[in-house]
Amino acid sequence: MKKIFQLGGLQILKEIEKGNLSKEEVYHHFKERIERIDPLINSFIEVYDYQSTQKGVPLAVKDNICIQGKRISCASRILSSHIAVYDATVIRKIKQEGLLILGTTNMDEFAFGSSCENSCYYPTKNPWNLGKVAGGSSGGSAAAVAARLVPFALGSDTGGSIRQPAAFCGVVGFKPTYGRVSRFGLVAFGSSLDQIGPITTNFSDCAYLLNIICGFDEGDSTSANIEVSDFKKALIEDVRGLKIGIPQEYFQEGLDEEVREAVFEVAKSLEKKGAKISEISLPHSQYAVATYYIIACSEASSNLQRFDGIKYGYRKDNKDLLDLYKETREEGFGVEVKRRVFLGTYSLASGYYDDYYLRALKVRTLIRKDFEKAFSCVDIILTPTSPTPAFGLGEKIEDPLGMYLSDIYTVSVNLAGVPAVSFPCGFTKEDLPVGAQLIGRPFEEAMLVKVGYTYENSHKDFFEKIPPLGDG
Amino acid sequence: MITPQIVEYVAKLARIKISEEEKEFLGKQLGRILEYIEKLKEVNIEGIEPTRGVFLRENRMREDIPHKREIFKDILKNAPQKENNYFKVPKVVE
Repeated sequence: MKKIFQLGGLQILKEIEKGNLSKEEVYHHFKERIERIDPLINSFIEVYDYQSTQKGVPLAVKDNICIQGKRISCASRILSSHIAVYDATVIRKIKQEGLLILGTTNMDEFAFGSSCENSCYYPTKNPWNLGKVAGGSSGGSAAAVAARLVPFALGSDTGGSIRQPAAFCGVVGFKPTYGRVSRFGLVAFGSSLDQIGPITTNFSDCAYLLNIICGFDEGDSTSANIEVSDFKKALIEDVRGLKIGIPQEYFQEGLDEEVREAVFEVAKSLEKKGAKISEISLPHSQYAVATYYIIACSEASSNLQRFDGIKYGYRKDNKDLLDLYKETREEGFGVEVKRRVFLGTYSLASGYYDDYYLRALKVRTLIRKDFEKAFSCVDIILTPTSPTPAFGLGEKIEDPLGMYLSDIYTVSVNLAGVPAVSFPCGFTKEDLPVGAQLIGRPFEEAMLVKVGYTYENSHKDFFEKIPPLGDG
Repeated sequence: MITPQIVEYVAKLARIKISEEEKEFLGKQLGRILEYIEKLKEVNIEGIEPTRGVFLRENRMREDIPHKREIFKDILKNAPQKENNYFKVPKVVE
């Protein structure tokens, strides 16, 4: 008999419904694991007391999604004592489903980062190797799920913040199409890029959470009023005749050899099951990181103007209002936030706007069209999620540009707005997980679930392997 | 080249106080990032429309109907300083 933490979220639900497990028992099992194991990896910010809910399966939430009456900090000093006054739409839906919100997870401050080291609390460590980063910015959610401190979690993804930590930690991280999941109640970073999505240990749980959180919402003006299919129906093994594209630009210099091999093995495995593999080109890929950082930072600098010490958050008091703003923001923001706000402010300033922001918006069009063209020839695109496995703690913290370049395979997806998922496809010699990324047509999340599920069915060991963190 | 003067100007626009030390340090880092971003100048963007948002053909408008929600007390609980039911700020006009 498996222990509770070895089960997925849906399996736990089944055991509760059959009466084999009680909801309190499940809560205390995970609570005890968090108390014992989380001091090693620091994935949680807060763990809540037990509350009775209809279904009782625990879920963790990234600390940038509002849960009414609970602290929300975005791992920033400027918000560290803030209490959310309403539920985000995804939280309302999770509560309606009857899941138990277990607590909030660590992140890079305001989701600015690729390592979870830019948190005002502590860096989250990789459960597979405590000297490595968990990835970011949803590093807390990914590490907590990987260490089986919670069966599943929610994250947010602006340029890879769900997929890259999922790859580094060896779990499934799904970024839906832009507009698919309401962002009402998500603290805004890059409003033309942000999406909320699930982080799970398998595709069945992923489909289950997508079914709960996807759908139109009046509360988000960018929410798409497009029908959502039942993702449970996509949990079938069927890739016969499916056309999979491999973009040549994603397999060039800078890609780790072990990652390349693992992703090619995914292609071979799907080919054996009847898929057709072909090489494609996304010619503007080399401009994606530069385009992304201009657009994301511009939007962030605008979105973060609201943190001024007046209505909420930290205030550094001063008799002069302008000095109050400046000193509040100086003390409230961490160094990466300042860097990005500066870069964004610079790109939007008169005199620089045309050369930076406007130019980036135009290159974004070209990147978007690359995908449109690719999807006229293939059904789905397969790439690595990140050029390397998890890197060392502190390795890139002094090198912001190097850190940005670790997002090279994930940012284009947000610029184009299309859906994508990262899933485990092997381990390196050092026993670090490798993630593969599937990218789909807009609003065709079901296709990603189907292909991912098909792969998972013949590679269960990659999905079920649990990092050795003090378990007997 | 990002001079300390440019950093100072941007800091002023961004309403963030910075020290002399940070001016140099951030200037150097921003300079390196912008150098990388220069890459975008290679791209031929003639006649290309900017993408401001994806899949949104037009803004979705709704009726402007007030919803009464009794949350002002909760909102004020988060205020750094308040008086009665108001946010308190330093005197702006002499």
